[in-house]
Amino acid sequence: MPLFSHSDYLAILLSLKVAVVATLVSLPFGFAVAYLMTFRRFPGKVGLDVIVNLPLTLPPVVVGYLLLLLLGQQGPIGKWLLQPLGIKLIFTWKAAVIGTAVVGFPLMVRSIRTGMETIDRRLVEASRTLGARWFDTVMTVIVPLSVRGIIAGSILMFARGLGEFGATIIVAGNIPGVTQTIPLAIYDYVSSPGGDVMAMALCLVSISISVVVLVFHEWLSRRMVRAD
Amino acid sequence: MELRVAAHKQLGTFSLDVDFTIEGERIGIFGPSGGGKSTLVGLITGLLHPDRGIVVIDGEPIFDRERGVNVPVEHRRIGMVFQRPHLFPHLSVKGNLLYGFRRCSHRHRRITLDHVVEVLQIGHLLDRGVKNLSGGEKQRVAIGRAVLSNPRMLAMDEPLSALDDSLKFQIIPFLKNVCETFTIPYLFISHSLTEMRVMTDRVLCVTAGRVEAQTTGEQLARDATGDYASAYMNLIRLKGPRRVDDMYGYPWGEGELLISGVSGAEEALFEVSSADIMLFKRHPEAISARNLLRCRVSEIFNAGGRIGVGLECGDERLVALVVKRTLRELDIREGTEIYAAIKATAFRRLG
Repeated sequence: MPLFSHSDYLAILLSLKVAVVATLVSLPFGFAVAYLMTFRRFPGKVGLDVIVNLPLTLPPVVVGYLLLLLLGQQGPIGKWLLQPLGIKLIFTWKAAVIGTAVVGFPLMVRSIRTGMETIDRRLVEASRTLGARWFDTVMTVIVPLSVRGIIAGSILMFARGLGEFGATIIVAGNIPGVTQTIPLAIYDYVSSPGGDVMAMALCLVSISISVVVLVFHEWLSRRMVRAD
Repeated sequence: MELRVAAHKQLGTFSLDVDFTIEGERIGIFGPSGGGKSTLVGLITGLLHPDRGIVVIDGEPIFDRERGVNVPVEHRRIGMVFQRPHLFPHLSVKGNLLYGFRRCSHRHRRITLDHVVEVLQIGHLLDRGVKNLSGGEKQRVAIGRAVLSNPRMLAMDEPLSALDDSLKFQIIPFLKNVCETFTIPYLFISHSLTEMRVMTDRVLCVTAGRVEAQTTGEQLARDATGDYASAYMNLIRLKGPRRVDDMYGYPWGEGELLISGVSGAEEALFEVSSADIMLFKRHPEAISARNLLRCRVSEIFNAGGRIGVGLECGDERLVALVVKRTLRELDIREGTEIYAAIKATAFRRLG
């Protein structure tokens, strides 16, 4: 086992950090969108569905490039919102978070929706007639009953986030110690002579993390089945 | 309770168009499946909104499109009991029971957990999850949950139709008991004639999205009497039996009714078809039927081509179904004394 350099350790930590933060930030939005798509009828529902699922079919590089255009110094959001507030996103780890979040978002929404669709509408109606306001019903009936979907969606997104490459390299760049995640570091090692061993070592780290995450998910699912 | 609804609601190709005022503590909504009963209840509970019109309970408008009144579901205080229990699977029995109670403002809290648990006999279930309860237990918990939200009224949408017959009549006493004990007026929706007669005083008949008639369960049963299968059913509630040979004798009117093939439950509801009651002008010498009742003819009415004869035996009432010729030959008129014979085996126990 070769000894990792300082920047390799940073890449591993950054990968975990970006995936965790992207998942946590996306969770409330993912839940809200899944709720809207499952329980509400409104004009433009199909449009929202397409937009949410678009990153699933687009190459991540395209997503990254669009984000760059949107958030960059000349982009509408970058110019009119971020600059006046003194926020710089592009080529920071936060941009990696945004890229990861956007790419993984459809996976999260789909999982939560799958969970929500199994909820009997009558339970929601029963809760309302028992005096629960709309938000009360969401928190005391819908959240607990879609918790499996929420967990599955979060884990899927986290796992997807660990492997994010295309969008990240465009919006956050590949700066060792700053925005370089495991996949970017592997890319660097593979494209430099003699880097094969280190690339392989980082691959092993990547595989190990994935295995741990998937085993954790399996364990959690079984526990929940038993709790039923 | 006075309920006034004048509303229109379009759902796809089905349209509900009603305009009625009905008064009573035990109101039934009767009609065939797909006739609009549930839609009507949806408009009253607030789970659906009328396209136009008003919904008024006891003089308080809870929906009025023109004046922009729309009390949200959670503030209407109408407890729902659905066809299936729909208990919250992630909560215990106690958690389910208290769901509505916790959301009910203090000034409305009149009915408490202990009281409901006692009336519904579900004390031993409180700490259990809801998944392993039996069908009857689940429905009792569902009733308790609705009652504990301390509603101004209950709306029960076919609460018994998912239960099999024997279970159905086990639940009915609980349902009646809980509504009487806590004096909660209710709307009872069903397509079952028997349930209407047992559970309600006034009945609203809803067919094809329109209110057809406002009547009583008793009248409905008489109107429905056509062929044998739908012959008028006498419903008789009996209690305090004694063993008589291989039968049970239940006090009834001034005498006793002998019934065979039952377990001798302390209190039970029986039905006997009006077509199974035989009439005699004079006391017959010997007869196989074990019940020979002396009664007075209180009324004679037309029942789908045949004749319904209302009989008064002490304080009790029965209806016998005969053909016109019988009426003529036996010279049956209002006020005549007559003997009615019912076989001990003609009774069917409902619950």
